[in-house]
Amino acid sequence: MLIAIVVNRVAMALITLAGVAVVVFVLLRVVPGDPVAMMISPGAGPADIAALKAHYGLDAPLLTQFWIWIKGVVTGDFGTSITLHLYVTEVLASRLPATLELAILALLVAVVFGGSIAIAGTLLRRTAGETVIDGLNSIMLAVPDFIWALALVLVFAVALPVLPLTGRIDPDLAQGFATRFYLAESIVTGRFAVAGNILGHMAMPTLALALPLAAVIVRLLKQSLKEAMVQDYVLLARIKGFRELRLVLQEALRNAVGPTIALTGVQFTFLVGGTVIVERIFAYPGIGNLAIDAVINRDFPLIQGLVLLFGLIFILINIGVDLTVAALNPRLRHG
Amino acid sequence: MEHWSPASTIDTAPQPPSVAARLLRDPKVVCAGGFILLLIVVAIAAPWVAPKDPLAQNLLMATTPPAGFADAEPGFLLGTDGLGRDVLSRVIFGARVSLTVAFVAAGLACLIGSLLGLLAGFFGELVDALISRLVDVWMAFPPVLLSILLIAVIGTGLHSVIAAIVVIDWTRFCRVVRTETRNQAQMDYVVAARTIGFSRPAILFREILPNVVPVLIALLTLEMGIAVVVEAILSFVGLSVSSDTPTWGGMIAEGRQIVHEAWWVLAAPLAALFATVVAFNQLGDGLARSLDPVLRR
Repeated sequence: MLIAIVVNRVAMALITLAGVAVVVFVLLRVVPGDPVAMMISPGAGPADIAALKAHYGLDAPLLTQFWIWIKGVVTGDFGTSITLHLYVTEVLASRLPATLELAILALLVAVVFGGSIAIAGTLLRRTAGETVIDGLNSIMLAVPDFIWALALVLVFAVALPVLPLTGRIDPDLAQGFATRFYLAESIVTGRFAVAGNILGHMAMPTLALALPLAAVIVRLLKQSLKEAMVQDYVLLARIKGFRELRLVLQEALRNAVGPTIALTGVQFTFLVGGTVIVERIFAYPGIGNLAIDAVINRDFPLIQGLVLLFGLIFILINIGVDLTVAALNPRLRHG
Repeated sequence: MEHWSPASTIDTAPQPPSVAARLLRDPKVVCAGGFILLLIVVAIAAPWVAPKDPLAQNLLMATTPPAGFADAEPGFLLGTDGLGRDVLSRVIFGARVSLTVAFVAAGLACLIGSLLGLLAGFFGELVDALISRLVDVWMAFPPVLLSILLIAVIGTGLHSVIAAIVVIDWTRFCRVVRTETRNQAQMDYVVAARTIGFSRPAILFREILPNVVPVLIALLTLEMGIAVVVEAILSFVGLSVSSDTPTWGGMIAEGRQIVHEAWWVLAAPLAALFATVVAFNQLGDGLARSLDPVLRR
């Protein structure tokens, strides 16, 4: 069954990606606004503009442009960025690891933080503690990553200036890396001081992305846990004399966690989307920050590459969620 | 149970309170709704309420701290920004853009999304398949990226911001209204209306729509909160209204640049944004609970 799900999802994914590619391509070409106008020097004449357009293939008919682009995409060539004068694949490959590390760290923080609060809320159910958690969480649910990010700036960069405000790593430490996965590499190679520096830079963007997701996890997981806690199997375990914490962790959690995993997966795509603005606020060198610059500069090849990359990430997350849910649900697993 | 009789049950049963009475008893709805009403009044009356001209620069007064801090200047309650403009007046005028976007963008998204949702849910079959597939493809785009892409394509400005929000968020309404319409369409009263021979538009708009409206109102309120944030984000990136109109997002962007010299330029609009978003959200939550017949019980 798992294989059938994978095949089905990959086929759907390819169709969706193709649709996204067509939409973005057409959207960018049919509108007024000339990317070449952004890059010419003030003294350039019509001949220079025509030459530039020819250089980037922007003078060909729309269909021809699309055909050239799609042929390139299939062979892994996304064209050249108009503003950065680098291959789009090169630019994306150098920026993607920073965003992946940020998004995955934020996911981990959200799961651990949200999960702990949900379990604490379940243990405290029907007490003042639960009322406090519910009240705070209902406000947290309303606050988006954009507001968190700036509130964190005010607290940890201004009121208590303990965290670096911008970037991914202190420039003098950004030497001697074999990969672009700075955090993972520095941990694996045992350079813990460097890892600490990176984590300091990542702390605020990570929290800004993690807290809205944590709030969603708290609400759903706590609800599921409370429902599970009144089931017969928990009652049986309670009669056997198990302690409350063990009841929650060993009996209720396993049965209650399914819906939360599914929702966390969906919400993780929002978190990845949120990197766009959060990376901007902290001048974090990932693909989100890059996307805003690409759009402001009308860098068509780069925008197309970025949108396809984001689309691909979202699809992979969705497939991963489907597989996890299927693997955890015995009824689905056996058809 | 032995003394039970239908008549006594009916006589003694308390009358269910009216929707308005129920809403006014919910502290969430009263506080959040009150705050938003106040904000609307302040925004409309901005030229009379604001203590200063929000655009008047005074470089000699630049980055004056808020009242109560050292070096504060009288008359500048929340201090001044990098160009010496009054922060409080700019926050008050900024509410105009935020609320305009909240009401117009959320309203239009609601209108378009609900209409398509009603059609998909009521007619089913091919119409449903087409609209649902469209929603799926639409939702495959990351919203922030799509909105920035759209603005880049159609140009900056208030109209573009509103258009971007409508184009992205109609799907939220479409999905919910479609499901709700499908549920309603299977109920006895719709079957009855069909049997009597009501026309399809009559059933859809006179019978089903009123039953979908409660869900819609709650959703619309939540969407207004989202629209306010999206506008702030687009202003922050510099893609919303021109920079001479005060907006919370624009102020936040400027405050972010000079946060070490003048934190209040960031803090004041951020607090306004936070309060507004939380208020719309709590109001939406409260409305959903009071208006939804299932949750109400």
